[in-house]
Amino acid sequence: MTVHTGPLPTRRLILQGAVTVALIGLGNLPFVPVHAAANDKYPEEAFKLKNEAEAIKALYGKTAEPSDKVKLDAPEIAENGGVVPMAVTTTLDKVTSISFFVAENPNALAASYKFPDGTIPAVANRLKMAKTSNVTAIVEADGKLYSATKEVKVTVGGCGG
Amino acid sequence: MASSIRVRATSNGDVTEVQTLIQHPMDTGLVRDSKGETIPAHYIQELKFACNGKDVFVANWGTAISKDPYVKFSFKGAKKGDDLTISWTDNKGGSDQITAKIA
Repeated sequence: MTVHTGPLPTRRLILQGAVTVALIGLGNLPFVPVHAAANDKYPEEAFKLKNEAEAIKALYGKTAEPSDKVKLDAPEIAENGGVVPMAVTTTLDKVTSISFFVAENPNALAASYKFPDGTIPAVANRLKMAKTSNVTAIVEADGKLYSATKEVKVTVGGCGG
Repeated sequence: MASSIRVRATSNGDVTEVQTLIQHPMDTGLVRDSKGETIPAHYIQELKFACNGKDVFVANWGTAISKDPYVKFSFKGAKKGDDLTISWTDNKGGSDQITAKIA
């Protein structure tokens, strides 16, 4: 390899500087709290969190209160943790989002749905569950959070078990 | 190529019920293959339903959604024959889109 002289070392210095700045920038990113959540962008950070309470906080920036107006329909026992059908319905008004959290999964947040005006606040989907766990459904209605929790027993793991 | 999205949207007077099935591996990034190597995460992050130029339902998904995801919801304000556009994007930049008529 040839040794560069003249203007080139300067350019190299600048490039190194740019790389350093980029690295510092990236290194800082995970520590910046992002409460963008239930608005429009994909909530990358909330999906990465392991703990359920932290994931709820990252997604919504507040805590939920249990409510009998939120109905979580999930099986008592799931024979296959890879496919656990679940549905949420609610009688609450002004629902803007519904999310599913599985406490014992590697990442608690499973899914978050947004409900524009005119969409009926109910959703059915199928989740993976690593093991027996509490499942929490959170409904955001009129700016407040309401939740329903149910334990689902899993007899065969869904996440690489 | 056949679309990865299968959709059934049925109008029942005021309310349109939408059922969707998507073909996608939804790999979590935690599973090893037969050679003991980790299968990288590959999952749908965002799924959107738009009708008459307006988003009617948006799903943000993590890795805990089952393989070949299914989702069902209902909305108001559409009638028979309206177009419903469904699109998804995954964490590797993959995407697909389909437009279905409400029946």
